Amino acid sequence: MSEKQVKKPTFDKQGQTMSGAQAVVASLEAEGVDTVFGYPGGQAIKIYDALYDSDQINHVLARHEQGAVHEADGYARATGRVGVAIVTSGPGATNTVTGIATAYMDSVPLVVITGQVPRGVIGTDSFQESDIVGITMPVVKHSFLLQSTDELTRTFREAFHIASTGRPGPVLIDVPSDLASEEMLFVYPDSVSIPSYKPTYKGNAKQIRAAMKAIMEAKRPVLYVGGGVISSGATDEVVELADYMQIPVVTTLMGKGAFPASNPLDLGPVGMHGAKYSNLAMTESDLIVAIGARFSDRVTGKVSEFAPAARVIHIDIDPAEIGKIRDAEIPIVGDAKGVVSALVSNLKKAEAKPQTAQWLEKLQAWQERFPFYHPHVVEGEEAGTIVPELVMTSLSEQLDPEKSIVVTEVGQHQMWASQFIDREVPRSFLSSGGLGTMGFGFPAAIGAAIGEPEKTVVCVAGDGSFQMNSQEMATASINRVPVKVLIMDNRCLGMVHQWQKLFYHERYSSTLLDACPDFVKLADAYGWRARRVEDPAEVDDAIAEMLSSVDPYLLDVVISRDQNVYPMVAPGKALDDVMGAIDVAVGAVRTDMPNAKEPKSPCSKIDAQFGGRWEIDPEDVKERLDVAQAVAQGDALSAAEVLRAQTSANTTWSAREE
Amino acid sequence: MKHVLSVLVENKPGVLSRVTGLISRRGFNIESLSVGPTEDPTMSRVTAIVKADEVAYEQITKQLHKLISVYKISDLTDEGAIERELVLFKVNAQPERRNEIIEIANVFRAKIVDVGRSSLTIEATGDESKLKGMEDLFRAYGIKEIIRTGKIAMSRNSKEQ
Repeated sequence: MSEKQVKKPTFDKQGQTMSGAQAVVASLEAEGVDTVFGYPGGQAIKIYDALYDSDQINHVLARHEQGAVHEADGYARATGRVGVAIVTSGPGATNTVTGIATAYMDSVPLVVITGQVPRGVIGTDSFQESDIVGITMPVVKHSFLLQSTDELTRTFREAFHIASTGRPGPVLIDVPSDLASEEMLFVYPDSVSIPSYKPTYKGNAKQIRAAMKAIMEAKRPVLYVGGGVISSGATDEVVELADYMQIPVVTTLMGKGAFPASNPLDLGPVGMHGAKYSNLAMTESDLIVAIGARFSDRVTGKVSEFAPAARVIHIDIDPAEIGKIRDAEIPIVGDAKGVVSALVSNLKKAEAKPQTAQWLEKLQAWQERFPFYHPHVVEGEEAGTIVPELVMTSLSEQLDPEKSIVVTEVGQHQMWASQFIDREVPRSFLSSGGLGTMGFGFPAAIGAAIGEPEKTVVCVAGDGSFQMNSQEMATASINRVPVKVLIMDNRCLGMVHQWQKLFYHERYSSTLLDACPDFVKLADAYGWRARRVEDPAEVDDAIAEMLSSVDPYLLDVVISRDQNVYPMVAPGKALDDVMGAIDVAVGAVRTDMPNAKEPKSPCSKIDAQFGGRWEIDPEDVKERLDVAQAVAQGDALSAAEVLRAQTSANTTWSAREE
Repeated sequence: MKHVLSVLVENKPGVLSRVTGLISRRGFNIESLSVGPTEDPTMSRVTAIVKADEVAYEQITKQLHKLISVYKISDLTDEGAIERELVLFKVNAQPERRNEIIEIANVFRAKIVDVGRSSLTIEATGDESKLKGMEDLFRAYGIKEIIRTGKIAMSRNSKEQ
């Protein structure tokens, strides 16, 4: 399967008469597609029949259409090629929606082909009919409902072109099944011309000169690097710019890997769970050079207080991103690679000299003062439990950064992974950044492992996220995809649990998952290797065992429920209003910790932020007060008891607690 | 403020919902809308009136530009463009007051298109202020029904390439 070579577009089917379904497959072959992910069904059966004859295309059968789209997405993110998924009409098509929306938010090139009922019955509520073009309209870059075989090849050519150029994104092609059986002449167009679609690649020279001047004048500049740098392949240029002008670099979640962690100028992640020093760097800077980043609310915090003194150079291929959240003094629409390389050559021509020594010194001091982790800071309760930060560090150290891909699900583990796993090259850290899709990571890891068979692919998951698409374990087993899954198992929905702890007075409404299922047995059922670890001393060894496995491997790492991700900027707060950052200047403790046990209404803070949308239900005040009182008396056990009485009892968890 | 958006789009099924869906998705109400094919049958012209401040308006037009089906967007708000709308008024008109109403219609160069026992139907075209003026006058007699086509607009002279 994985040995199959990527063929150059073959046009040996050019000029042949064939069915529409065969033309769909021939079009994919002409686009050089080697792998598609999908799930057949009534209206896709003709396409699948044609696929049966293809030597070039390997079809990976998923176990759920959502899994298929995430797999295609992971394949696309890891390889940079267009990911392709094929599904049937109706429920098959609607199951792709989350996958498509995920790809749209993170600008991933996908072509999703959906079977549709025959043209004659469209609009009659026929069996397995859904208006998938209508349903997906807000989350696709473009979509087509094929109306005739005459436009079939041109549509495929345009779909791949639109998906992969400009700001990449998902494109959907809906293929009525009567077209699939119609005879047609296969002529695949060489070129594509869409008059209404002409992305701007080349940056405006005048603006680039203005940017050069601003960089030369800046005393406290920051490069703010996002996923656009990876899409554009602009890493070398960004590194050159940073090195030449000695500008520190912060990365977004999507930008992780776009700048090597080993570069001394790297400040790592920024934003809600970014380092305090990165957030301070943004806040204090006098110039932000945003490259392929979009000032997401998870990065900026409260926009009105974000980087108040900074001028902004915003480089993006999508003009709609510029000025959307933060005004840009110097907007540059264009492809990051070309723009940054022009910027560097302008700076060199002007013989610009870096003048950031003082700034870097200050940042260095902050970095030493506010580390991500300090051994004296023990979270949660008793010692002897596994510390998630150290699990991530161990994984990071054991992975070869050039030959591995880390994929994450969504939640606390995702933030720990972004904080503690060092990445050196682009396309080596894949995560659902924009939509925050739980259930994305594991299938995406399968897709990445199929696209990059030479690399070790590890999915860092939570016990909640993993269960959202765990059926794909079958896909990995059957296709012998040696994907590794490391579950940070806290038996709860950690991130929501953390918010409930911090902002909702420890009312753990529906976030306690309990130790169910037994992941080791689940893995066994799918023919995976697996191991469960509870002892901190076993972690390094278990990770080594996982990484050396030639089979798919699941490592269930048991961590405490009370672990929180810090530092954290509360939603709606200014970026430098960081809570829980470690400060070694005051003796290696977490500072500015929120007081969760305030006697006042747990919702009042949230009310203040969101304009009173979160009101208290007078009916449940009593129950909450019982828990609060128990907690205030330091009686965690009886608090747990009250809680347990409120949730359905689960023996496994109760037994462990007692 | 109000913006008159003139959007040149591909004349294909579903394009109108792409355009209007995007505008409403970004939180704006379309006050008036009209669509029709242009001199080139493969293209249609959508004229939409949208209320938005400058920043929001810029964001809408940028997002519209990203739609593959959109060729061109012109803002005809500040251009002194030619704006027209066709309105049908059905006005209460007892026989003894018919002449007054017909006179008003004549002043505005509107046409009487139907006469009933106790009502008149008047067809009027014009810009917003003219139609508003007529509406105010007819209101004194009692308006039974108003139907509008939605505004269309065209730039003057050679402003449009």
